[in-house]
Amino acid sequence: MFAYLAGRVLSAIPILLLVAIFIFSLVNLTPGDPALLIAGDNATPAQVEQIRERLHLNEPLPTRFAIWAGNALQLDLGTSIYSGQPVTRLIAQRIEPTFVLAAVTIIITVLLAVPLGVIAAWKANSWIDRAIMGFAVLGFSVPVFVIGYLLAYVFSVNLKWFPVQGYSPLADGPLDTLRSVLLPAVALAMVFAALIARVTRAAMLEVLTENHIRTARAKGLPTLRILIVHALKNAGVPVVTVIGIGIATLVGGVVVTESVFNIPGIGRLTVDAITRRDYPIVQGVILFFAAVLIVINILVDMSYALLDPRVRG
Amino acid sequence: MSLADTAHPAPTPLSRALHHARLNPATVICCALLLGFVLIAIFAPLLAGDPIKIDPAQRLKPPSDTAIWGRDHLGRDVYARAVYGTRVSMLVGFSVAILVTILGVSIGIYAGLSQIGGAVVMRLTDAMMAIPAVLLAIAFASLMNAGLLTVIIAITIPEVPRMVRLVRSVVLGVRQQLHVTAAISIGTSGLPLVWRHILPNTLGPVLVQATYACASAIIASAVLSFLGVGLSPEVPSWGGMMADARQQFRIHPVLMLYPGLLLSLLVLAVNILGDRLSDALDPRKSRRSTL
Repeated sequence: MFAYLAGRVLSAIPILLLVAIFIFSLVNLTPGDPALLIAGDNATPAQVEQIRERLHLNEPLPTRFAIWAGNALQLDLGTSIYSGQPVTRLIAQRIEPTFVLAAVTIIITVLLAVPLGVIAAWKANSWIDRAIMGFAVLGFSVPVFVIGYLLAYVFSVNLKWFPVQGYSPLADGPLDTLRSVLLPAVALAMVFAALIARVTRAAMLEVLTENHIRTARAKGLPTLRILIVHALKNAGVPVVTVIGIGIATLVGGVVVTESVFNIPGIGRLTVDAITRRDYPIVQGVILFFAAVLIVINILVDMSYALLDPRVRG
Repeated sequence: MSLADTAHPAPTPLSRALHHARLNPATVICCALLLGFVLIAIFAPLLAGDPIKIDPAQRLKPPSDTAIWGRDHLGRDVYARAVYGTRVSMLVGFSVAILVTILGVSIGIYAGLSQIGGAVVMRLTDAMMAIPAVLLAIAFASLMNAGLLTVIIAITIPEVPRMVRLVRSVVLGVRQQLHVTAAISIGTSGLPLVWRHILPNTLGPVLVQATYACASAIIASAVLSFLGVGLSPEVPSWGGMMADARQQFRIHPVLMLYPGLLLSLLVLAVNILGDRLSDALDPRKSRRSTL
């Protein structure tokens, strides 16, 4: 188990390095001189040169990459062009809303999607199954910002149950926080739940045809017990896998949802940075998200070992 | 399988799938919808007036004879913008699907046949898939010069790795099959091997994946325009219309409703077609649970 885990963590290092190279070249090989951007319109050539020197922009690309990657390893992702603040501090300041939004979304998703998927598989090819699967296709066809505005219109503007926009920090009371992220989380959960409900159904259908399920039924075990203990546990691996894969989609959705609901999270930070061409933030945030996704994938792999004893061997 | 089916001379999986899919009402409706959108995109100039002309005197005017869906915050014809917006969605959706298929299939087949090349390609796709697709597309589109081509490339890049992995896994499976090992043993190699024995087997899954890529490209292009990245704001697009409508959202929600509804309808049609295709290609689909 330990060797398996260690191997998994080690294999993440080259991937992260590749991601870093990829992002770095994307940002640095595109047209536009960041020194000119930082210096502003009224700068003298000497000032621009000074900035180039300070940011090592005169060095060859590989050297610049080495400097950037070396600093990144020490959690220094550079400073924002626009505000002059360290990128790591900006990310740290914005992480709470994004984390809360993602966590609430995942909780809603799992509570909604797994039971729906199980019911759909249990009642396969019935009208219940068709209704759930229809809902699922709808879920990942309607873009998150369309669902977001629809929910905001019905529940915030008309019914006034929730604040229309903004985020209430945890420090001001967790209940207000929950109220402020509930609508965006539901909007995001629709897309995510659709994916997971489908995979849960498919995995359950697979398991339900197996012999041990027939045996369990023959023994006269109650249906609920068969579904949850005998079937769902065996369908766990694909479901957990798709939850892990879905988190990549979720991160993309967070960026959009934060813009719709005006939540000051990392997604907003990224979109603002991109419109201002604040490239150290763009580089830093993408690297940060990639690292988060890689860690989540390692956690998903570890959970296989818990769910499926064959992986441990 | 019915008697009529067995009368056909050994149907390939793909032709059987197409035959199966044709009979389903949902498939027919979705195909009709899709065709409708294609026609709207092609004949936009015949269906609507000028989508770009700004008329400050007409700001936010309710529906009238000249503008049946009313006018937006710059006095532009909402109906005309919605009709022309179909063009961006369709162009991006189809172009990305085609590009992803071409790139994904060629790289995927290479990765499936070459051992070292395959390992390299897999690590590269690992790295690319570790970056959230939307973020990668936003970053790329914002760094390049604005334009439709930039949007198409920005959305294609993050979609390719998924297709590569799919094609590679199919190729790895096909390589073990008797007819391929037989072909290799009598000296077939290179293009003839790929063309005659490997490519046909990847077609079904590739077609399904291309359909999904088309749907997600349509959403991604709307996200980009919604965030104001990639296309110039005057180009009519559904995502851009929704971004424009944000300021008037509380008072004029219909400005957001029209593009949102059209966008959802188009993506829904494409996704359902993908599902039907995928069901039809999967023989296990008809299997029922024992509970």
